[in-house]
Amino acid sequence: MKTIFALAGVVIKELYRRKDFYVLFILTVVICVIMASLNIFNDNQIIRYVKELCLLLIWVSSLVIAITTTARQIPAEREQRTLLPLLAKPLTRSQLIFGKFLGCWLACGLVLFCFYAFFGALAASREHAWPLLSYFQAAFLHWMTLGVVIAMTLLGSLVFAAPSSNSTICFVFVATILCVGRYLDAVALSLREPLRSVIYSVYYAVPHLEISFGMRNLIVHDWPLIAWKFIGLDAIYSLAYTGIFLVAACLVFRRKAVN
Amino acid sequence: MNSPRTLWLLLIALAVLCFGLAANLQPKFQALENVNRQPANFFNLLLGDSSRIFANSFFIKADAYYHSGYYPTIFDNNEAFKTPHMAEDTGAIASHNQGEETSFMGPPRDWIDAFGRNFIPNRHTHLDEGGPSDDLSTSGNVREILPWLKLSAELDPENIQTYLVTTFWLRTRLNKVSEAEQVLREGLRHKPDNPQLLFELGRIYDENYQNENRAQNIWEAALRSWAREMPGVPQSERLERTIANFDDRFVFEQIQTSLALLEEKAGNTAAASARWQQAELASPTPDDIQKHIDQLQKSSSR
Repeated sequence: MKTIFALAGVVIKELYRRKDFYVLFILTVVICVIMASLNIFNDNQIIRYVKELCLLLIWVSSLVIAITTTARQIPAEREQRTLLPLLAKPLTRSQLIFGKFLGCWLACGLVLFCFYAFFGALAASREHAWPLLSYFQAAFLHWMTLGVVIAMTLLGSLVFAAPSSNSTICFVFVATILCVGRYLDAVALSLREPLRSVIYSVYYAVPHLEISFGMRNLIVHDWPLIAWKFIGLDAIYSLAYTGIFLVAACLVFRRKAVN
Repeated sequence: MNSPRTLWLLLIALAVLCFGLAANLQPKFQALENVNRQPANFFNLLLGDSSRIFANSFFIKADAYYHSGYYPTIFDNNEAFKTPHMAEDTGAIASHNQGEETSFMGPPRDWIDAFGRNFIPNRHTHLDEGGPSDDLSTSGNVREILPWLKLSAELDPENIQTYLVTTFWLRTRLNKVSEAEQVLREGLRHKPDNPQLLFELGRIYDENYQNENRAQNIWEAALRSWAREMPGVPQSERLERTIANFDDRFVFEQIQTSLALLEEKAGNTAAASARWQQAELASPTPDDIQKHIDQLQKSSSR
């Protein structure tokens, strides 16, 4: 476990040396502050449109950071020829995968903490309220969803040839799920066999990331808290998919030539 | 100096000067003409006619905010949302909605769908009735629809529905009467003499400024512009009870009803009855209006 945490620490240090997070965070802050400063019929209590924009930017930024950071982890080790010395130490291939995953996931957790702290401050500036539990639920499920995305990207980095192709494929896949994942079954119902069965199979097979993504609407429109049992179930659902992708990554990496 | 050769050369020089000057100035004038002809706002210049599609999307977005996010997508049954509820509730726009608005999602299709519904807005509420908290003291939250309406009006300045809805909520729930008047005047700048916009302006003068004389003048102007909208078409034809002219009848009835109420308030029973009779021609419930006219005439004969 110590080796996994040591590896994760290196990944976290790499994140705050790189400029991705700072650029995206400053961009989000600037856009949101400009939007919040607009005068709409001399009413300074209007905030939901800014909250919606801010949450969208947080989702986009976190996905960019999660996918781009994860996609380059193993290819970079291979290119810099540090993968072999790393595996020569008392470190198994599975530990390497778990260490990289944990590092990226914790780094994304830190990123989300900063983003949601800004979001809370922005909302409180107009609403004069701190629904901290709602924000915690949203941030927690967001982080769980990023876990699935990171595990999936890690698997992709072992399957696809280059980090760029892996990132692009992951972005397209995640965006498709977020946009139409919830309606794939409705689409399947309107199709004929065998396409119907194919779409249904895809619907049941893919991780439904849009479940957490849909929570944005609850936060934006000040809906009451979600029952904790559903939060727990969604976390288990996300962890299950994360586990599946990580195990698959370990299996692929075991047979992969590292030189 | 005065030799014919010199004169010819002078003439040719002048012709060359004229041609050069014309060639130099013509593109400049053409550019100036194009500058004057460019669309009035930035969005029209950027998006052209497609700005109307975006304007409609933002109008729908405002209605989604009015429902605190509980809104049908293209995959859901949207029969009960054909006319945005935020527009329907103003009373200024005729409704074309059918079906049950509270259950457009239908029963859950499978366990993923059932589970996912716990993470999205899943109850029909209106912001002016307290929204998800059902707390009427928070009905001022209806202000949250305004940014989208403003953006929609800027993208499609000729859609009067946007002005009507914006004005209603500014005036009635947010007590921003001068802002509401400004919105209507902006609408009238793009659609001069529009009877619906004039009717709403009259309502501001009647209900908020308590200036009944001015309200009456504006409503009479609204009636005249209603008549001018379709020159040559007789009133009886425009007021025939068909689905196609529903909106046309709706405006006419509203203007006549408001004028009738003003006349009643002023004690002019005969004039009021005449207005009610006109309203009766366009009303979907003429019997109720007839009863009111009978009562009015009875009370005046006492």
